Amino acid sequence: MPKDNGIGAAPKRREDLRFLTGKGRYTDDINIAGQAHAYFLRSDVAHGTINSIDTAAAAGMDGVVSILTAADFEAAGGIPCGWCVTDRHGQPMKEPKHPILAEGKVRHVGDPIAMIIADTLEQARDAAEAINVDITELPAVVDMSTALDAGATKVHDEFDDNLCYDWTFGSDDAAVEEAFSKAAHITTLELVNNRLVANPMEPRVAVGDYTSHNDESTLYTTSQNPHVIRLLMGAFVLGIPEHKLRVVAPDVGGGFGAKIYHYAEEAACTLAAKLCGRPVKWTSSRSEAFMSDAHGRDHITKMELALDADNNFIGIRTDTLANMGAYLSTFAPSIPTYLHGTLMAGNYKTPVVQVNVKSIFTTTVPVDAYRGAGRPEATFQLERIVDMAARELGVSPIDLRNQNFISKDMFPYATPVAVEYDTGDYHATLAKGADLADVAGFDARAAASAANGKLRGLGVAHFIEACGIAPSALVGQLGARAGLYESATVRVNATGGLVVMTGSHSHGQGHETTFPQVVAEMIGIDESMVEIVHGDTANTPMGMGTYGSRSLAVGGSAIVRATEKIINKAKKIAAHLMEAAEGDIELKDGTFSVAGTDKSIAWGDVALTAYVPHNYPLEDLEPGLEETAFYDPANFTYPAGAYICEVEVDPDTGKVDVLNFTAADDFGNVVNPMIVAGQVHGGIVQGIGQALLENCSYDENGQLLSASFMDYTMPRADDIPFMTVDHSCVTPCTHNPLGVKGCGEAGAIGSPPAVVNAVLDALHRGGHNVPHIDMPLTPSRVWSAMNG
Amino acid sequence: MQMSGTRTIAADQATVWAAILDPEVLKACIPGCQEISGSADEGFEATVVQKVGPVKATFKGAVEVSDRVEPESLTISGEGKGGAAGFAKGGANVTMTAVEGGTELSYEVEAKVGGKLAQLGSRIIDGFAKKMADQFFEKFQITVEGPEEAEQTGEDSTDGGEEKKGWFGRLRG
Repeated sequence: MPKDNGIGAAPKRREDLRFLTGKGRYTDDINIAGQAHAYFLRSDVAHGTINSIDTAAAAGMDGVVSILTAADFEAAGGIPCGWCVTDRHGQPMKEPKHPILAEGKVRHVGDPIAMIIADTLEQARDAAEAINVDITELPAVVDMSTALDAGATKVHDEFDDNLCYDWTFGSDDAAVEEAFSKAAHITTLELVNNRLVANPMEPRVAVGDYTSHNDESTLYTTSQNPHVIRLLMGAFVLGIPEHKLRVVAPDVGGGFGAKIYHYAEEAACTLAAKLCGRPVKWTSSRSEAFMSDAHGRDHITKMELALDADNNFIGIRTDTLANMGAYLSTFAPSIPTYLHGTLMAGNYKTPVVQVNVKSIFTTTVPVDAYRGAGRPEATFQLERIVDMAARELGVSPIDLRNQNFISKDMFPYATPVAVEYDTGDYHATLAKGADLADVAGFDARAAASAANGKLRGLGVAHFIEACGIAPSALVGQLGARAGLYESATVRVNATGGLVVMTGSHSHGQGHETTFPQVVAEMIGIDESMVEIVHGDTANTPMGMGTYGSRSLAVGGSAIVRATEKIINKAKKIAAHLMEAAEGDIELKDGTFSVAGTDKSIAWGDVALTAYVPHNYPLEDLEPGLEETAFYDPANFTYPAGAYICEVEVDPDTGKVDVLNFTAADDFGNVVNPMIVAGQVHGGIVQGIGQALLENCSYDENGQLLSASFMDYTMPRADDIPFMTVDHSCVTPCTHNPLGVKGCGEAGAIGSPPAVVNAVLDALHRGGHNVPHIDMPLTPSRVWSAMNG
Repeated sequence: MQMSGTRTIAADQATVWAAILDPEVLKACIPGCQEISGSADEGFEATVVQKVGPVKATFKGAVEVSDRVEPESLTISGEGKGGAAGFAKGGANVTMTAVEGGTELSYEVEAKVGGKLAQLGSRIIDGFAKKMADQFFEKFQITVEGPEEAEQTGEDSTDGGEEKKGWFGRLRG
């Protein structure tokens, strides 16, 4: 019988009750008495010199409280970047100033120029129209392939060119040349990893508040990591000490990476509240989100795979151009480097792997992490080129993968690109996926499709990713400017209930359900006795938030450590109450007993004693029962899985229908299988979106052409098949106390190559020799590829 | 986007030339033009109300006439700012050639949009720009020739507004 409590049970998400009944409390639901509304006047050209900003007429309009421009932020710092990448010559990356409001130049459509604060949003918008900004337009820098040409227009005049850094990683040139010189076969693939917009359901919102009686600023914001925002904004931008700055990220309606970063609007609303003496609220419109939320992906890559005469992979070399956009967003430089290059070995024992990345400034919205962040780009290249090699060599893509997989007896396995995989069994996950997807029965289904005039294809991909971000010492060496531990405070109340204050943040992941399962399991009590508090710097310990599939692996581990401290202290109290030796106390099902006796005492009695210490060992123990732990992981976690996709292509129109999708993942131990399945479902939907539908498009003048859901195609229910999601293959993580691996990004990492491989398989079966099509595989692209 | 077109106007070169530099003619011919001031020599200031897909805006901007080779060719260029809607700018190279029965007017138009117009209207902007150009030159023809002749020559034009009629006519024929 399945468990109904604790680790491994699948209780329904307790937070959904409020979300589904309209009782969530999101940032836009927060309205403070006296609040004014902000509107940002944004550049409608991609690149230009600001000659003047005339706000005189606007300032006198009805309801206008204040109009701020760059001059008002002179005392403030620029928006900091959280990661410094060192280039191949040992030099730090170029790091341009990222002003809160445009200083002297605008560098992308959507770059904020002025902040208009008025009694109502309508008044602020009207006033924005009356501001006269005189801009001399400069040529846009949109195409990465020409952005480094001599004489190319520079996005940042203070630098020699548009190169942020030129980075190399992994095997050295001599090793690569030797491997490729020995190759019996070399497969070459050139591709574009399409630019995406995260589009969480809730757009970004910021409410700044300032109370003069205690000189304290509060920012309510749609963030995945309120402590990180407090640190970056307080210490680097506005110069507010942390004890005078509170950041609250209440219910947040999805993030997918785009809500990690510190954004200009947050600092602007916080400062404006103090300057105006009124709370200031800004709510992004959807159009505004398209041109101000950090975008994702946007790589141009050439990859080569060398194989020996027996089809063993002997070398991998990649060259990538990665778009940074106009400014460096918080984690942008790390995405195409340490979150991308480190995964280029994939699941394979390729001895030589070299990754080269040039990151480039362009006059587009900054690009940063989006669900998967670097690992989807690595996985897509690798799993496409393995498929391509199999096709060129006339071997089964499944066999070629199995032949080259790192086998389970090789762990821990150090790759040529710096990381050490602790556990895995890739043969097992691929076999499981193939079984669940009924690969054996595919030919019959393909024949049935052919009889209906459709081309059916089967696509396989096998991913690995590094998540549970991150060991602080390692990432510090690699340029991270922050520690990436996580924190937890566990407070036992006098009557036995527990409150867990976590530094990680839930914006859809279900922490309020999963974390109590962990604590309940450890103590042996019901989950309903545990409440999770997150999202407010005033009542949670300093933590790093949620991204990189880290909440359970790192934040959950901190909760385990804090709960262990609680249990240790509670045992001491129980030992005192039962007049026994501490070492003889056992905790089971919420009851403390003395080993070998029938003496026992309930959890609640111990808790009460801690707070009503009438009979208490005060000489040995402090009263109270509250503990904090900080957990810094020893390594990343390395989930892996087989993703198998079956599609039908309509040869007359090029339309792709995804018929079946199977994911067989190894996430180590699973706390709540329902939530894990949901995470994988969501990731696959976003992966199918990238593969078939989504594309952020700029014209040659740097105008953003896809800035609404009319032009940027989000996946809809009828684009998505029923999915078979399995996580029964388990190799527990060796270095965290729960044995868990991250699951939040897997679906978005593993699915795009599976979809594209399936479409190309379908075309191949239909007699069309199409080696590659760039995502998204729209009907027009597929039809054009089929018809030369 | 770029487009071009030709139409024959039943008037001599000098008449066509004078008309295209006349602010009153321009006001009558620029679709949605509310107001125009200035002169061909000093430049015009125009206010135009237009709706592009979901975006309706009042564009205010300057129109310049340059590269004038009387009475054969000139360039008209302009940029309109539509506030929150973004901007539109473009230019037309116009040549006037004397032909039998009048003057052949040829034009090459280039148009660019930015801001919200590009973000929301990019799919329809080519059609919109073509419609604007066609409407301009059709009205120009009517204004120069007078309405009666225009109806007869209208069928020969590449006019987007007339396309429906032509298509309808083909269906019935």
